[in-house]
Amino acid sequence: MSGSSDDVVPVNCTIKPPVYLQIGDSKTETAHSGVCVVDVSLPFGKPVNVEEITFKNYYTAYVTVRLLRRSPGQEAPAKWSTALRDLPLMDNPHTEGGSQDYYSIHRTQMQVEADHVVSIRLILRQPSSAWLTFSLEDVKIFPHMEPDPEKEVSDWLSDLTLVDHHPDLEGLPDPQTVSSSIQQMWALTEVMQTNQTTASIGRFDVDGCYDINLLSLT
Amino acid sequence: MLTEQQQQQYIKPSRARTKTALTGRMDEGTELSLTIAHIVQRLKGSHLHSQIERQAKECLHQPEIKLESLREDVRSFLKTSGWERKLQNAVYRELHIQLPPSHPTAPPEHLKEPLAYMRKAQASWEKRVFKSLNSMSTELGVPLARMRPAVEQKELANKWNEMGTDEPDLSRFRPVYAPKDFLEVLISLRNPNHDGSEDVSARSHWGLIQVPLNVRDIPQLRQAYSELNLTTGQLGIDDHAHIHPDLFESEYVQIGKKVVVEQDSAAAQQYSRQGCSTGLRADLWALILNSTNQPQDVMHYEQLKAGVIQHDLLVDNLIYKDVKLTASNDDYYFVFEDFLYQVLLCFSRDTAVLEHFKYNSATPPKSYIQGKVGDEECAVVYPPNGVIPFHGFSMYVAPLCFLYNEPSKLYSVFREMYTRYFFRLHSISSSPSGIVSLCLQFERLLQTHLPQLFYHLRQIGAQPLRIAFKWMVRAFSGYLSTDQLLLLWDRILGYDSLEVVAVLAAAVFAFRAENLMEVTSLASAEAVLADLSTLKVMPLIQIFLFATAI
Repeated sequence: MSGSSDDVVPVNCTIKPPVYLQIGDSKTETAHSGVCVVDVSLPFGKPVNVEEITFKNYYTAYVTVRLLRRSPGQEAPAKWSTALRDLPLMDNPHTEGGSQDYYSIHRTQMQVEADHVVSIRLILRQPSSAWLTFSLEDVKIFPHMEPDPEKEVSDWLSDLTLVDHHPDLEGLPDPQTVSSSIQQMWALTEVMQTNQTTASIGRFDVDGCYDINLLSLT
Repeated sequence: MLTEQQQQQYIKPSRARTKTALTGRMDEGTELSLTIAHIVQRLKGSHLHSQIERQAKECLHQPEIKLESLREDVRSFLKTSGWERKLQNAVYRELHIQLPPSHPTAPPEHLKEPLAYMRKAQASWEKRVFKSLNSMSTELGVPLARMRPAVEQKELANKWNEMGTDEPDLSRFRPVYAPKDFLEVLISLRNPNHDGSEDVSARSHWGLIQVPLNVRDIPQLRQAYSELNLTTGQLGIDDHAHIHPDLFESEYVQIGKKVVVEQDSAAAQQYSRQGCSTGLRADLWALILNSTNQPQDVMHYEQLKAGVIQHDLLVDNLIYKDVKLTASNDDYYFVFEDFLYQVLLCFSRDTAVLEHFKYNSATPPKSYIQGKVGDEECAVVYPPNGVIPFHGFSMYVAPLCFLYNEPSKLYSVFREMYTRYFFRLHSISSSPSGIVSLCLQFERLLQTHLPQLFYHLRQIGAQPLRIAFKWMVRAFSGYLSTDQLLLLWDRILGYDSLEVVAVLAAAVFAFRAENLMEVTSLASAEAVLADLSTLKVMPLIQIFLFATAI
């Protein structure tokens, strides 16, 4: 089940194969690498304002996000900057917690403005020798879109309390749109829930019949 | 369907407040709103909802409700009449069974169990069990389910209260699996990405469980279970005959009575951490589990009973056999044989149990009626509650018979205990209360704090887990004396975790360490640990957690 919809599609980017860094002679070295670099290059000539980076973790302990940005117009060269340093993905690098979880990194978590991004570099670290390999899967970059003024409000949730918000949020949506967004976020959790069986009224038979021979093994 | 941009619209303002939060997950404000919305949806349309609405309408007749302050007056009426508390308890119960907030793109199977290799292991274990059930059905020529003829239905309805007097021929039936079969599966669990190639080192794990789950050690347990420390009064220790009740017990029981009068779930849970007194335990547990015995619960139970009478299931025979083999042979529980049938047979028919599969790594078995395989209109779950009982399953119910003598209430409490805790003891998952974590925690505690003992037992071919596993799978039911078992289960409820079961298992080994160091075979080690009926659990746990030198 995907969280993205028809409106916002991830940017069409090229994810280069991960490069695992080694110390010393890499040819004969058999020790596991603890650092991996994944370059994600965005379409040439079309810098992106990044809204969100989503991925599925595979045993990476920490991720650092570096952005290559080129200011528009001027002939200024592109510059690398660190957007996020050592975000922990696993509570404990030696144990399973968080090792296969889904994550999002939002632009507001980044320490620099993620605008006019040409390329993204993800530096993965896994200091524990417990694992054979580590990486990130399914990396997707979502571009920043202008807010949609139309909002539909579900009437049966109209008396939910508003989320408290800071008064000086300049450039951000007003409380009404935020509250209707809560309702839609709620709708999202509903869809996230596993479908319950049709027997919610308590009947386990089908029209009175419950003659079963064998369990299905598929 | 929420669009990505609309999601971000929502996330942006709350994240603007928490710019320094270095987490890939949603922040607290978002999580809280989602949780609230989720719980509102769960409770909307429930019986409690309609009851509160009715109460609110009826109270309008009362003189103290004024039109100008209608909202506040109705609210305070609901508060003083206890309805607000009931709502609070219902919300508290929902919080217990709610899935932790997760990423929008995480699929449902990830919510059941995040680790792929564990899902796979659980699926192949299930397949084995289903195959075993199928072959039993084919070999014995007994269908998995059939409608009872009218005569048989009448007969069963008549002897509903004394099903134990029946002596059906159960010799052909055998349990689908026993705990030791399940243990072998857990031992063979491997993470394909785990580097197990390292030779013996400081990090070596001597035990049987080879998956690197995060389990807590004594310093962390001391913090989490601080109410069990040496200076806090406990039932199971400070209510001993030699200790004057005024020192602790009398006052503690008074507090317990107040908690019951207040009807507060959260307070009852906190209270239970130091134990529940015998007289109050039934009410306190029902409070913690929010198990009411309202007319609709009784009706639901009657509906299940009708399901038992109408249809005969193969698993019924498994239940009969299990009760006859375990509870009926137990000095403490044989008197409750009839109750056990009444609860377990109904449990098998209860489709409400299917809800818990959202957060259980297991999946209910599927079948098709009348052999119409593939026709989704004829797809059903078998048994209706999706749970196939194994050898010893009835021991989850037996201790509860000491607390509740009304079948529908007993049923209600058992079902809640199963869907909150016991299901984790026989499914493969990475949950901290799951059996895999408990086994690993037991082995780690032993290896860290009693290395000589562990090493010795390992050398003589008596891996400690092989002995302790059967205790943990049953949460010690049938191994401890009942009063001690109930004191242990007080803490399971109080701390909302099965961890204390693993701690007790390690504490038992610590207690019998001297004798165990003398033995030279697995059989003699088993003999040393065969009889736990004289053990006092709370002193053992307390000493192990708070008096072990670190």
